[in-house]
Amino acid sequence: MADDLYARLAWLPPKPADFPAGCRALLSDDAPAAEFGRRVQALAKFALDENALNRLAKVIAQARAAGRSLAPLTPFRLGVLSNTTSHFLVPALVATAARHGIDLVCEEADFDQVIQEALNPESMINRGKFDAVLVAIDHHGLPLRPVPGDAEAAARAVDEAMRQLATVREGIRANSNALCIVQTLARPPETLFGSFDLGLPGTLRNLVDRFNRALADDVAGSKDILLDVAQLAETVGLANWHDPTLWNIGKLPFASTYIPLYVDHVCRLIATLRGKSRRCLVLDLDNTLWGGVIGDDGLEGILIGQGDATGEAHLEVQRVALSLRDRGIVLAVSSKNNDDVARKPFQEHPEMLLKEDHLAVFQANWSDKASNITAIAEELALGLESFVFLDDNPAERNIVRQTLPQVAVPELPADPAYYARVLLASGYFEAITLSDEDRKRAAMYQDNARRVALQKNVADIHSYLVSLDMVMTVQPFDEVGRSRIAQLISKSNQFNLTTRRYTEVEVAEAERDPDCMTLQIRLADTFGDNGMICVIICRRSGRDWHIDTWLMSCRVLGRRVEEATLQEILHQARRAGIETLVGTYRPTERNSLVEKHYEKLGFALLEKQADGTTVWRLDVASTAEIALPMQIRRLGFSEAATLPLAAGA
Amino acid sequence: MEEGQIYQRLNAIFGDVFDDDTLSLAAETTADDVDGWDSLSHIRLVLSVEKAFNVKFSAAEVGKLKNVGELVGLIRSKT
Repeated sequence: MADDLYARLAWLPPKPADFPAGCRALLSDDAPAAEFGRRVQALAKFALDENALNRLAKVIAQARAAGRSLAPLTPFRLGVLSNTTSHFLVPALVATAARHGIDLVCEEADFDQVIQEALNPESMINRGKFDAVLVAIDHHGLPLRPVPGDAEAAARAVDEAMRQLATVREGIRANSNALCIVQTLARPPETLFGSFDLGLPGTLRNLVDRFNRALADDVAGSKDILLDVAQLAETVGLANWHDPTLWNIGKLPFASTYIPLYVDHVCRLIATLRGKSRRCLVLDLDNTLWGGVIGDDGLEGILIGQGDATGEAHLEVQRVALSLRDRGIVLAVSSKNNDDVARKPFQEHPEMLLKEDHLAVFQANWSDKASNITAIAEELALGLESFVFLDDNPAERNIVRQTLPQVAVPELPADPAYYARVLLASGYFEAITLSDEDRKRAAMYQDNARRVALQKNVADIHSYLVSLDMVMTVQPFDEVGRSRIAQLISKSNQFNLTTRRYTEVEVAEAERDPDCMTLQIRLADTFGDNGMICVIICRRSGRDWHIDTWLMSCRVLGRRVEEATLQEILHQARRAGIETLVGTYRPTERNSLVEKHYEKLGFALLEKQADGTTVWRLDVASTAEIALPMQIRRLGFSEAATLPLAAGA
Repeated sequence: MEEGQIYQRLNAIFGDVFDDDTLSLAAETTADDVDGWDSLSHIRLVLSVEKAFNVKFSAAEVGKLKNVGELVGLIRSKT
């Protein structure tokens, strides 16, 4: 169901199984008092259903009763006034507000007391010192009786409904000085005639449409703000939104499935009122702004633009980014790539909508993204809480969420066709005004995609890597892995030390050759199985192993997999009585990423050739083992396999 | 579905709705026995039950329920 995206708040990470325990832990006596609000906020940032929101709201209420403060969240007082049952909204609003950095106190007036509460200066609503009052009125609460075919009566009905709402708004303004959040009306799905309803004055559809239009125009010139409930209801489907059973049982204004969505939209407005909208969008490149990997697939191989479904999906992401820039959102790039390679599509690909000029900062390097986003924030002098980070890779999303919790990181589904929709559905860039300054802002920041230096790795990478529960599986080549090995050998460009291409037949030969030591390496982590991520071929020459092939998937860079792989080669070398490893780097147009690979791993330079090829050596016996944040599983190594080498040595 | 299975799942749903994981429901359990079971949380309970068992109740069916046993009977009649 497509409306699931909205009902489930699918841009937020799913609620963990231990959510109830997390709630209880907040209340336990030994929990540290400092930053209590931040811990509540962290729990609120999951996609919570109504029951989970209630659970969290109860914890907040109990903590407040015990005198605890939700600092550093921003306090806000909201009154709720409704002709429908608003009882379920209150706890959901309180818990959801924490998600948006708001310490919300929320109180509801008695059921269906809208006019009385607004006009009586001594009413709960007017004495409550509220910053805002949510005037949650649906079509039942206004005098919009259908008068099909009677244009005059229809016009009078809309005027009367507007006048009634104006009375409420003016009453609250005069008696309490709170601003009002007023709602458009969700049109009921039932029609009287059919399609004719739209054009015929006085049908409910016609009345609701005219009322909504009049209200939007009226609110635009006032201090009050608009909550477009009609848009919400249409987005999820009017037949889903209106639940006649619930209306009859308890005067619930809409199906309770949508309570989390509705309250999130209210809280977006409150957060915006308190200046918490986000102002910068940081974009990943490979498989986010275009399909494919520029470093491997090249300019001709990436998918962007018309004529290809994947290319069009990514084009839509670019279009949305550009529209956001036009309304004042600053754009930046953070990508694991070489800078010159990453800039090429922006400079040379004719289908790219985004150009370097649109980007304030362009960070393409191999450092972790948390450090890069921090550098972008410093360069732009924007707080991290102004940032949204869009990346297709769940591991990158997670590390940024863990290390920079202030940054909003929307979850993305597998299908890139939904990226643009999810980004906009998340509401991170909610605004209630558009100024000339907004329109000019992006240009102010425009500085030809400059690159900024990283301070240092802000992220505590080690503990993150430990939390990934990585399991590296190491095997010699075998028949099962053969075709994938051959595929990686023929395809990998970036992390490939020698770029030697072998056919499947040649791979099978290496597999059987007693002078060859081969490794195929797989990596699994908490996000799932990354599949085969590394291929190694070593050829024996006396007591040396020449590393003929060392290639890796760029997906697992920054996970210390290189070091673990070297350790495995050393382990096999010791078993085989090998004394020295000899590694070669052969430069190509695409593998400058690994130019310093052997140097970083502690190899010593033996020689540098005219074509840039470098040869390196490492002494097996004098290289100590180090502890690495992953578990190693060795499969398929028989003791016998090492005997011929040992015997020959 | 077996009654035992229904009770087992209802225990989890009640735990979620009333924020009490220690509940052990019986046929004669009524609103008086569960902290916070008022007319409004009753609606939330019914909605959670509908979702969990993928059934739909009418207003009349919901209004008639006297205890957990009747709720179980209603669920059984629809699954």
